[in-house]
Amino acid sequence: MPLNKDLKKVMVIGSGPIVIGQAAEFDYAGTQACRALQEEGLEVVLINSNPATIMTDEAMADHIYIEPLTLETVKRIIEKEKPDSILSTLGGQTGLTLSMQLAKEGFLESHGVRLLGARPDTIDKAEDRQIFKDTMLSIGEPCIPSKVVNDLESALEFADEIGYPVIIRPAFTLGGTGGGIASDVEEMKEIASNGLRMSPITQILVEKCISGWKEIEFEVIRDAKGNSITVCSMENVDPVGVHTGDSIVLAPAVTLANKEYQMLRTAAINIVQSLGVEGGCNVQFALHPESMEYAVIEVNPRVSRSSALASKATGYPIAKVATKIAIGYTLDEIKNAVTGTTYACFEPTIDYAVVKLPKWPFDKFVYAKRTLGTQMKATGEVMAIGTSFEQALMKAVRGAEISLDTLNMPRLKELSDEEVFSRVSECNDERLFVIFEALKRGMSVEKIHEITMIDEWFLNKLLHLVRFEEELAKTELTQELYHEAKVLGYPDKAIERISGQKIPRHERAVFKMVDTCAAEFAAQTPYFYSTYDEENEAEEFIAAKQDTKPTIIVFGSGPIRIGQGIEFDYASVHCVWSLKKAGYQVAIVNNNPETVSTDFDTADRLYFEPLTPEDVMNIIEVEKPYGVVVAFGGQTAIKLTKFLDQAGVRILGTQADSIDMAEDRERFDELLEELKIKRPQGHTVFTLEEALGAAHDLGYPVLMRPSYVLGGQNMIIAHSDDDIREYMDIILSHNIENPVLIDKYFMGIEIEVDAICDGEDILIPGIMEHIERAGVHSGDSIAVYPAWNLSESLSQKIINHSKKLAVALKTKGLVNIQYVIFDNEVYVIEVNPRSSRTIPYISKVAGVPMVDLATRCMLGEKLKDMGYGTGLYRRPQYMCVKVPVFSFEKLIDVDVQLGPEMKSTGEVLGIGRTLDEALYKGLVAAGYKMKKDGGIFITVRDRDKNEIAEIGEKYAKMGFKLYATAGTAEILRDAGMTVIEVPKIHENPEYNSMTLVESGDINYIISSSAKGRLPQKDSVKIRRKAVEHSIPCLTSLDTANALADSLMSKYSQDNTELVELNDMKH
Amino acid sequence: MDKEMYLVLENGEVFKGKSFGAEIDTKDATMGEVVFTTGMAGYLETLTDPSYCGQIVVQTFPLIGNYGLIPSDFESRKCYLKAYIVREWCQEPSNFRSEGAIDTFLKEQGIVGLYGLDTRRLTRTLRENGTMNGCIVSEEKRIPEALEAAKGCHPQGLVQEATCPRNYAEGPEDSKYHVTLVDLGMTDCFKRYLLERGARVHVVGAYTKAEEILKDHPDGILLSNGPGSPEAEPEILAEVKKLAESGVPIFGIDLGHLMLAGALGGKLTKLKHGHRGANQPVRYLPTGRVYISSQNHGYAVDMDGLPQGAKATFVNLNDGTCEGLSYEGIPALSVQFRPGNDEGMVDTGFLFDQFMQMMEVDANAAE
Repeated sequence: MPLNKDLKKVMVIGSGPIVIGQAAEFDYAGTQACRALQEEGLEVVLINSNPATIMTDEAMADHIYIEPLTLETVKRIIEKEKPDSILSTLGGQTGLTLSMQLAKEGFLESHGVRLLGARPDTIDKAEDRQIFKDTMLSIGEPCIPSKVVNDLESALEFADEIGYPVIIRPAFTLGGTGGGIASDVEEMKEIASNGLRMSPITQILVEKCISGWKEIEFEVIRDAKGNSITVCSMENVDPVGVHTGDSIVLAPAVTLANKEYQMLRTAAINIVQSLGVEGGCNVQFALHPESMEYAVIEVNPRVSRSSALASKATGYPIAKVATKIAIGYTLDEIKNAVTGTTYACFEPTIDYAVVKLPKWPFDKFVYAKRTLGTQMKATGEVMAIGTSFEQALMKAVRGAEISLDTLNMPRLKELSDEEVFSRVSECNDERLFVIFEALKRGMSVEKIHEITMIDEWFLNKLLHLVRFEEELAKTELTQELYHEAKVLGYPDKAIERISGQKIPRHERAVFKMVDTCAAEFAAQTPYFYSTYDEENEAEEFIAAKQDTKPTIIVFGSGPIRIGQGIEFDYASVHCVWSLKKAGYQVAIVNNNPETVSTDFDTADRLYFEPLTPEDVMNIIEVEKPYGVVVAFGGQTAIKLTKFLDQAGVRILGTQADSIDMAEDRERFDELLEELKIKRPQGHTVFTLEEALGAAHDLGYPVLMRPSYVLGGQNMIIAHSDDDIREYMDIILSHNIENPVLIDKYFMGIEIEVDAICDGEDILIPGIMEHIERAGVHSGDSIAVYPAWNLSESLSQKIINHSKKLAVALKTKGLVNIQYVIFDNEVYVIEVNPRSSRTIPYISKVAGVPMVDLATRCMLGEKLKDMGYGTGLYRRPQYMCVKVPVFSFEKLIDVDVQLGPEMKSTGEVLGIGRTLDEALYKGLVAAGYKMKKDGGIFITVRDRDKNEIAEIGEKYAKMGFKLYATAGTAEILRDAGMTVIEVPKIHENPEYNSMTLVESGDINYIISSSAKGRLPQKDSVKIRRKAVEHSIPCLTSLDTANALADSLMSKYSQDNTELVELNDMKH
Repeated sequence: MDKEMYLVLENGEVFKGKSFGAEIDTKDATMGEVVFTTGMAGYLETLTDPSYCGQIVVQTFPLIGNYGLIPSDFESRKCYLKAYIVREWCQEPSNFRSEGAIDTFLKEQGIVGLYGLDTRRLTRTLRENGTMNGCIVSEEKRIPEALEAAKGCHPQGLVQEATCPRNYAEGPEDSKYHVTLVDLGMTDCFKRYLLERGARVHVVGAYTKAEEILKDHPDGILLSNGPGSPEAEPEILAEVKKLAESGVPIFGIDLGHLMLAGALGGKLTKLKHGHRGANQPVRYLPTGRVYISSQNHGYAVDMDGLPQGAKATFVNLNDGTCEGLSYEGIPALSVQFRPGNDEGMVDTGFLFDQFMQMMEVDANAAE
């Protein structure tokens, strides 16, 4: 069946902010969907609260709403836009749940809107635990013994019946939020009640724990005619028990004999047929490692993280095909974009191995529980392609940016054998490296298998690497041995380090094509990966193209992590597009399977490779580019600058020397001195004594951070000698040789500027002002654009400073500058001559294509010729508020108190005519329920106490019941408010701050403490409890104040303006 | 370190790899048609598929032998390949049913193995140039000699080699359906599908005369898959013609399909590089549904030269070649691909049901 002619206007629901369990993959999927719809001449209405996405770009849809993804708002947009249909399966769980609610309420039917992609009964069959089980039983597919329960008592009863351990899975939550494995009654009570609370329908599934079985996934696509294909099989290296999002995954599955493989493939297709899925579907199986027994774990009748991986692993564009199916096409009518001659109705076959490695945030959250289980904790992932498992795994590891280039983790070297062996049983993010170390120390494959249940196939491959490294260390490094090392995935540096010998002749990597068909058909996809072999297809491809246009390579941003999210993919992709428009051939390098940048049709050529010096050099040798771009790929790309510069590669835009000048403290200080721009005073120290001396000289509070990392990692604000001692103890115990920086810390207003500079002139699309005063990481602050209470003179000063700095740094392209205003004086905190987190939303809201202009500046064009003027760009008609979104519920033991280290995973945007309206929308989009009654619990540290009265007053006036701990209560009482004083946890086991939070009487918490982080502290415990109970916990008085103002405003979800992005600029 | 070996193609291209499986003597050479298969799982089925008789088989998937050796999954009693080419073979296979590594099996079977070469380059060469003969030698200096040998290689007697040495029968003797399975180089699954449907299966050698087959009054005849082309077996073609004219229901699969079409005057063509793999989409014309099929063939019935009265029932979605036929006036159906009801070919098992139905109808008509 071709395109359904009744369809004219389709609404697409995006997935909202990036959170753990729902990341950039839905920008990739949504972007493909929007394009596929537009290709068919359909009018597209898009709603997504995430402004950092490519899908919310003006060209992607006809009508774009960066509005809260709430039922109320979506309804209002449907009423306004009157789409005839809605696509439900491309926006992750968020999009699916919203669509289903709309359908179930009858809203879609009454408004004549057709649901595309998945019918409600399909979704129910897949997502409602009981209906799913019944459906599976009806077609003879085995499920794990389980029961759906709605209360704790029944949960305990059933667990007793099937025996511990059991797994608890809450219904309708993202990435398994609130689930876990309970091995006894006590654990069961805790996890089950938490799960029940997290589930929006108070329902959990209690199931027999089948930890240790193989976990196998299939991606299936089915069309309305019933044609079904499997795109890819995937085998989790970590067996059942670890969330698939936290597992190392290999595609295709390898330890299954054909009989087992076909058994599961058949089951997957039968399941998808029985659900009546029209589009993509992910099916997860558990397979007993020593029999043909299997069980269906889960089915996701939508595009998912796994389908993004399967897409990139095979080259098969699942999201695009799923979209075409949703609007009426059948698989045999859709062309295979890779070959251009065959159809989408076939099963991709690959001739390489693909490894996915998760990227976890534990480097940022040092106190987080690193244990992996059914609750996903990874923020992102890297994918690597190789001709062997070893090669792909090694590429994945060095591309994950965890400071490793082999499987040897230096820290583990210091442990005793016993310690290493005992740690093999700890299932956490480091297990791969612990196993590798254990193998080195002689632990047997059998033993490790027994403990971890990881298939011996994988363990033997690791052992192969261990043995190889042993050989490398003791034999002469011949050309042949070197070649073998390259085939196994060792970079030159590692080979020299392990062998202690110089490499003989450096061997160039060759590039093979990803073509969906293992070379059976001639393909047109410019999608390559490196290996060490005979034939170089990239070289051939480039030669055959006979394109005389010069080539530019753009380096992408690697895995999504805290501090470096989807924004940098947005910038990289835009840079590619601008370069293409400017008449260049463009190659992009990236290793993140969740992104638009790794779609093979984004650039002229895609290299799916780690972003390390040697890997990028291989690409440079093949591409012979005119120049390369590092400015848009975040730290990942910027880190390459020095190396590339030294290798004589032309870096377009701001030069390596300028980047160094901005990062090197001494050089930067000199520059500021020269420009007569102030910055908070600071010192560089090595010892505790020096640190204390410096702090006393500057006066508390001071900001401390190690000099070797940027971006807020390991930063603290010290208020006392004790703070300094604690911090220096940690730093010194890590044997860190680099100095520690101590700066005067101003509790001022933080201002952020993103600008474009052509070396002479500067264009500032806008000045942002943070709601929270300095001290909260800019990524975690609520940012307002344009700045709302900046005086004209300060504003002018900032513009002047920005221009001076940008020009002095010879910036060609983007520059991000952070200032703090204290006592009416402007201090510069940081200058980053590169793309920043805020570029996407400023570009969209201001209507200035910042990346495009910056790219043109890099190429030598002048701002004054671009039509956007210079200096400060005209003020927009709207106010925008960027609100950070966190994933605290996924990260056990992480303190939610905001500070100089970034903690948020994503962001949303509120757009309104006034600050109040924008803030209200931003908060709603970020998930605040905006309850205007109930209780508020306030407990703040001493230095916040002089400001708390004013804020408490606001809540009191609105009718909130105030609760507070003794110190805070006293202040509030003195200011004339009625307060209920709450004892501390240890003061009264029956009634205390903890029981209060658990009671359900509290709708908001304002909590700050002098010291956070340590999970055993009362304040941290209370804040964690708040997360568990989904109670908004405000740790900055500024946020609390802004929230109060917003609650008092006249806005509700019924009366905010629905802002259409494409209208807004005109 | 394993011995170096050279694969020399007819067009002069040389691929250097290393030896596994059976050793090759310095004076010896192994020759055959070089074909590639794109299946990712299923190497055991490939190794024991008689349709590969006489061929040098290249696996495009680089990691082979991962789940070891599982004799119960073999599709025939031995390995008919001339040589086996992989990028990497697994020395430490892992599967609860595994009884060893494939290297052992190849050694046992005397099959030469080659690993560590750029199998993708080889595949692309075969794709661009079409299937070619190749010759494997173990000494570099013998490359020119090997080239000549490859050029002059004309494999013959493939069906003879692959068919069963003696006739036998399986299944309940009192079955309603007695099916004669003409073994042209059969993979065991087809016999299994018939047995699963309650038939008594009489397996006969490829060169069994039609008279002899018909004299036992079979309810149906299955012409199996097998190696090579029908044109190489005029003798069999002549007998198949007689079988087709007998009015007994016939089901032709793969080579059996080509034999049936060829015997009835259909024109056969050699495909450039054949269809070998588990991911070939075929469209069933009566319903328009597309099925994913497993295939292994180098020839096809020319769509412009179908036998008189024959109608295409299946076509390949990728290249439009003929994948199945029905015949007017003859109770026969035939398909080029491997139909099945297990091994993931979930849906084309219905063809066996159709065949059973044809026998049913035929029996009713006879009564």
